[in-house]
Amino acid sequence: MADIHSTFQYSTPAHRSGSSLDGMWLFLATEVLFFGALFLAWTVSRHYHAAGFAEAARHTEISLGTINTVLLVTSSLAYAAGLAFIEQGDTRRLLQCLSLTGLLGIAFVCLKLLEWHDDFYEHLFPGSGFALHGPDPGGAQIFFSFYFVGTGLHILHMLAGLGLLAWVILRAWRGAFSSRSHLAVEAVGLYWSFVDVVWLVLYPLIYVVGRPG
Amino acid sequence: MSHALDATAGEIEAATVRDNRDNYLTDEWTVWSWLATTDHKRIALLYFASITFFFFLGGAAAALMRFNLLTPTGAIVSPETYNRLFTLHGVVMVWFFLVPAVPVTIGNFVTPLMIGARDLAFPKVNLLSWYLFITGGAITLWALFMGGLDTGWTLYTPLSSAYAKGYVVPVAVGIFISGFSSIATGLNFIVTIHRLRAPGMTWYRMPVFLWSLYSTSVIYVLATPVLAMTLLLLAFETVFRVGVFDPALGGDPILFQHLFWFYSHPAVYIMILPGLGVVSEIIPVFARKRLFGYKFVVWCSVMIAVISFFVWGHHMFVAGTSIYSAIVFSLLSFMVAVPSAIKVFNWIGTLHKGFIHFDAPMIYALGFVGLFTMGGLTGLFLATLAADVPLHDTYFVVAHFHYIMVGGMVSAFFGGLHYWWPKITGRMYPEMWGRVAAAMIFFGFNLTFFPQFILGYLGMPRRYHSYPPEFQVLNVLSSAGSTILAVAYLMPLFYFAWSLLAGARAPANPWGATGLEWQTPSPPPVQNFTSTPVVTEDPYSYPSPEAIQMEQAETGEARPNG
Ligand code: HEM
Ligand SMILES: [Cu+2]
Repeated sequence: MADIHSTFQYSTPAHRSGSSLDGMWLFLATEVLFFGALFLAWTVSRHYHAAGFAEAARHTEISLGTINTVLLVTSSLAYAAGLAFIEQGDTRRLLQCLSLTGLLGIAFVCLKLLEWHDDFYEHLFPGSGFALHGPDPGGAQIFFSFYFVGTGLHILHMLAGLGLLAWVILRAWRGAFSSRSHLAVEAVGLYWSFVDVVWLVLYPLIYVVGRPG
Repeated sequence: MSHALDATAGEIEAATVRDNRDNYLTDEWTVWSWLATTDHKRIALLYFASITFFFFLGGAAAALMRFNLLTPTGAIVSPETYNRLFTLHGVVMVWFFLVPAVPVTIGNFVTPLMIGARDLAFPKVNLLSWYLFITGGAITLWALFMGGLDTGWTLYTPLSSAYAKGYVVPVAVGIFISGFSSIATGLNFIVTIHRLRAPGMTWYRMPVFLWSLYSTSVIYVLATPVLAMTLLLLAFETVFRVGVFDPALGGDPILFQHLFWFYSHPAVYIMILPGLGVVSEIIPVFARKRLFGYKFVVWCSVMIAVISFFVWGHHMFVAGTSIYSAIVFSLLSFMVAVPSAIKVFNWIGTLHKGFIHFDAPMIYALGFVGLFTMGGLTGLFLATLAADVPLHDTYFVVAHFHYIMVGGMVSAFFGGLHYWWPKITGRMYPEMWGRVAAAMIFFGFNLTFFPQFILGYLGMPRRYHSYPPEFQVLNVLSSAGSTILAVAYLMPLFYFAWSLLAGARAPANPWGATGLEWQTPSPPPVQNFTSTPVVTEDPYSYPSPEAIQMEQAETGEARPNG
């Protein structure tokens, strides 16, 4: 009896895919609140520790961050193109686009890990060996707490996204999608773009705000 | 209706009862068929088992606390143990019983039935939510039994992150995981209610219970992620000793309270809205009357859910927040009482001139109305700035929220359980025992918690394991009440179990209620309905009192339903 339950409550495939997309949107709404709480705490702490946050921001690697931003935005563009192709029934192009998305995503994760490696090397992880001793070392530590929590969660989301992407690619490769039926492509695309948007908020919070001062 | 006709109707019912061998319970009986089920009805039963366990676990901790408070110096446990007991009690009761309680059990079971669907929108997500729940529960339990935690359920920093003796991180992880089960449940209900209503089931034809579940789900979905992030930051601070919240390290402890209550105040409405819905179902059935002011009731649920997001500051009046924010939060807190009160008036309007039947579900529902009103009104005392300064952190607050959460919500849960028990199990529970238990719960509850209002008013602070001798009489009264309450809560366990084995077979619609769930056999078949129902009527379309009176005058019968 187990499996009939996953589809038999819907009257048509369109009914089913519409409902699933609703579910994905709602899930993303919960994610907005999840990251929203982080950004709120981040902003409040910056307010109390402007000096420490500014000093910390100057020790982040804006070049890596910027390259990563470009990579991620391009990956979403590739994904959107893939979606447009499958809407016309072109599975081959879909596969090409999604593979590009995946490669860019992997490049992002690698660069991010490299950046973390440098950060650890410079003793920027909060704790007893913390390297910054400016006017507000406590504030700088709090900045790096948010930095690691925020980028850590983002990487986890990226890994989940890459897993989903692999699943979609596999199914596309087996010819599961057509111009009329490609729910998974659309749903995973929403998720992928969302993770992209989270990064677009993280980027200024980490690298830009306070840096010039 | 003549007696002859009655008999035929009875025979037809009996025939359908005999034929109802093919239902969701008899479908397959392997362990795997339960643990891997995606049937919302079976998942509801898995949840029933789990939360019943947590309810009695949390109850045991409460019993020990009440026993300890029999004497001013603390009768049995050390202060240290006492702190751990109330933390265990709070954590278990809030996150592992009351937050999920009604939605995941009754809600899970009846939502698809009520809208004429075959299942929830995402059956696998539903199963996943149960696994998340028991995983989170297991981790928390493990931590609580390894030695537990002494911070109270609120986990305030820096007490929790810097000074607590105990397992802060595992408890936070457990709550975090079970939070995702709430999110999954809420998401599922919202999509289900939007997408899977049967033909003709317009929004305003939906039973009120679904509106309240919908409102609850919105809170699940929007508030829980904030708690998740807060717990994550708390765990990070505790493990790495950096100060997001700890003032000694440059953090802001008030920020923790803001984030915590941004979730937890809406969460207290998670813990009451489904109860308001259950009671709105029960009262019309047993008053044999249309629900008074349907649209008011449903929109009040929505209003409560919305306003509940804007009142969290009333938990922090004495925490050093700005006086201006306190004034605004005080005003907003008064406002949330308005839709709550409107509902009470609607129930009373429904009872007015109704033919009231005092079956067990109705006794619970009536008890609910009284206790919820008490709890709500005392909330207004606490929302008043000047009154809250002396009342904060006293037994007055404890009594306030127990009136709503235990007197209200737990009664609603039990009421709903009795009401839908025939549908869920296909058996009738022993009515007499049901009534006795309901009455005892009402009595025991008041004896336990009313003295606490007085204690709080006299200044006894909460969360202490001992107290000045002049408070002893009231404390003994309270402890005495709790023994009655404990017995009364245990009783259903036994007679429900008995009814499974020996209870009378339930007909499809034992209460003569309206609503789609009563039009399918008890227990329902795997696919809920043999053919998709079509809805043509408003909910609660009971005949008007005048019509019933005329019918009775004609037949000389006292009541349409004993
Ligand atoms: C009429 C609407 C309500 C108002 C105006 C109200 C007001 C308040 C206020 C002002 C407090 C803080 C008291 C203090 O700590 O000094 C409070 C505490 C509390 N209320 Fe309510 N309340 C209302 C409804 C509810 C409901 C419906 C529930 C639960 C189902 C609830 C559960 C709680 C809990 C659990 C606490 C104490 C939390 C803690 O500190 O551990 N309240 N309420
Ligand atoms: Cu509150």
